[in-house]
Amino acid sequence: MSDQGADQIKEEIRQYVLNEFLPGEKASNLGDDTPLRTSGIVDSVGLLRLIDFVEERYKIQVDAHEAGVENFDRIEDMAAFIQKKRQGA
Amino acid sequence: MSETSYPVANLCAYLEDSAARFSDRVAVVDPDGSSVTYGELNERANRVAGFLLGRGLQPGDRVGLVQPKGVTGVCAIFGILKARGAYVPVDYTAPPERIRSILDNCRVRAVFADRRCAAVVADIETVVMTGTPAGSDSESLPQGAFAWEKVLRSQPGGAERGSHHLDDLAYILYTSGSTGIPKGVTLTHRNAISFVEWCNSVFNANELDRFSSHAPFHFDLSILDIYLPMKQGSSLYLVSEEVGKNPQRMAAFIASNRLTVWYSTPSILSLLAEFGDLKKYDFSALRLVLFAGEVFPVKHLRSITRHWPAPVYFNLYGPTETNVCTYARIPTPIPDDRTQPYPIGWPCSHCEALVVDYDLKPVKPGEEGLLYIAGPSVFAGYWGRAEDTAALFFERDGRRWYNTGDVVKEAPADGFIYVGRRDRMVKRRGYRIELGDIESALYRHQKVSEAAVVAIPDADAGVKILAYVATIPDAQLSMVDLKIFCSKVLPAYMSPDAILFRDSLPRTSTDKVDYQKLKQESAARVESSKT
Repeated sequence: MSDQGADQIKEEIRQYVLNEFLPGEKASNLGDDTPLRTSGIVDSVGLLRLIDFVEERYKIQVDAHEAGVENFDRIEDMAAFIQKKRQGA
Repeated sequence: MSETSYPVANLCAYLEDSAARFSDRVAVVDPDGSSVTYGELNERANRVAGFLLGRGLQPGDRVGLVQPKGVTGVCAIFGILKARGAYVPVDYTAPPERIRSILDNCRVRAVFADRRCAAVVADIETVVMTGTPAGSDSESLPQGAFAWEKVLRSQPGGAERGSHHLDDLAYILYTSGSTGIPKGVTLTHRNAISFVEWCNSVFNANELDRFSSHAPFHFDLSILDIYLPMKQGSSLYLVSEEVGKNPQRMAAFIASNRLTVWYSTPSILSLLAEFGDLKKYDFSALRLVLFAGEVFPVKHLRSITRHWPAPVYFNLYGPTETNVCTYARIPTPIPDDRTQPYPIGWPCSHCEALVVDYDLKPVKPGEEGLLYIAGPSVFAGYWGRAEDTAALFFERDGRRWYNTGDVVKEAPADGFIYVGRRDRMVKRRGYRIELGDIESALYRHQKVSEAAVVAIPDADAGVKILAYVATIPDAQLSMVDLKIFCSKVLPAYMSPDAILFRDSLPRTSTDKVDYQKLKQESAARVESSKT
C-alpha cells in the first residue's frame, strides 16, 4: 500500500467521525492527531461502531487487544494500524 | 420571628406608614424619569381602591396587571391591596393565549392593562386601560373600559382599617413549572411580610437607599424590590424592559441614579460585567448587590465583583413558593482558582429547613437529600390545584414542610450547597449526573460565555446529553476544542454527546435560560438524527 492510501484512509475516517460523532463540525477542526477516545469524542459504545466501520471498510479483523488507545485514539494511528494489518494479511 | 411581632398587619400598611413619615420623599421613579412621592403614591392608591370598591370588588377578588413596568403598576398594586383584592401580574409581552389562560385560570374580576393588550382583556368585567392612548383622546378606549386618568379622579377609598387579615390572599405569581403549564402560586400578606421583615433585619435599608427594580412584577424578585423600600421610605427606581435587557444602558442607569441596592438574576449581572462598559461609570453609591433565581457561574461572579469591589454580595435562594428561604453572603474578592459555585447558605431566620431522603428520613449532615422548607413565607397553595399542592407537602412536628424539588447537602462551614434540581438529574450508564455540573465545567472554559445542558430520553443510549454554548465575542471555539476540554475537567460519562453553538441562549421573560425551548429543540434534533 502506498502513502496515498494512508491519506485516503485518514480522510475516510475523518468523514466518518465527523458524521457520527461531531455533526456540524468543520473538517479542519478534526486533525490527524486530535485525540478521540481520551477526549470523549468517541465513547466506549462509539468505539464499537468505529471498529465495525473500519473492519467492514478495510476488510480487516480488529482483535480486542488491538482496540486500545494506542491504535484508536488518533486518526493517524488508526490509519497506520489499518495499513499494517492489511500488509500483514 | 413570632407573628405577633410583625409591625404591620398588611402590605399596604408599609406604604401608609411611610406616607405618614416621609410624605414628600420620592417613593417610585418611573422608567420615563417622572416620579411620585410617598404622599402622592398613597393618595393615588386610595383612589384606585375607591374605584375598585365602587365597581363591587369583594375581599379576595383577583385583579390582573398586564402592562409594562411603571408607576401606574405600583399605584394599582397598592390600590388593589387596599381594597382587599389580590393582584395577578402577567407578562404583557407573552402570547395572548398565555395571558388569557392565566387571567381565566384565576378568574380575575378586573384588569389594569396596557392599551396594546386591549383585545386580550376586552370581555373582563372591569377593564382599566393604561399607557399612552393610541389616539389623542379617550375615544380610543374600547367599549366599557375605563381610562386610568379617570380612575385617578375617583373618590378615595379602601377597606375598613383593621379589616385586613394576615392570611388574606395578596398576589398570585404564575410560574411555568417544569411541565410548561402555568401554575398560580398564591401568596398571602403573611407570606410576604414575614419575608420583608427578614430582609429588613439583614440588609439594613433606610430612607436614603435607592433600590433597583429590575425583575418584572410577575417574578418573585419583585417582592423584595417593591416592599422593602416601601417599608423604609427608600426610593424605588423602576428599570424598563428595554433598559433591563441592554447592559450599557443599564450600567448608565445604575450609575446616574446612584443606586445603592441592586437585585437581579445572575444572568443580568453577567451581562453587565461582560458588556456593560462598567469602567466608564462611577458606581460608588452601590452598597448591596443581591442575586437569585439560578446558579451564578463563578467566572461571571468573579468578573462583576472585580468591576464592583465595594458592595456586599448575597446569594439568595428560594422557589417562588417560599420566596427567599436560604441565603449566603459571598466573601470578596473571589479567589482566582475557585470554580465551584457558591453555596446557598443557611436558612433565613423566619424559615426552617429539613434535608431528607426519598423516604422522608433526615439524611446525615454532608449527605445529599431533598430540601424541604417550613415557615410563614411558605405559600398557601397553587390556585385551583389542591392535589398538586398536597403532593408537595408533608406534616411533621406540627409544621407544613414544602418540597422545593432541589437537592442539597450541608457543609459545616458554608451551610447548604446546591446540588441541583431533582428533575435535572439523569442517569447514564449507571452514573447519576447533575446537568448543572456539566454547565459549571463548560463555564470554566475561557471562551465560553453561556452554557446550558439538557438531557433527552433516547431509545438507544437511554439518554442523550446536549450542551448549548455561546462564546465570548469573536472567539474561535470548535466542538473538538470543547470536547477535549471536557475530557480534562469531567469524567467521561459526563461529557456531552453533542455540543451546539448559539450566538446566545434563549431566555424566559424572567431572564432564566429557557430550558423548555432547548429541550424541544433537542428532542426534535435527536429524533431527526435517527432518520
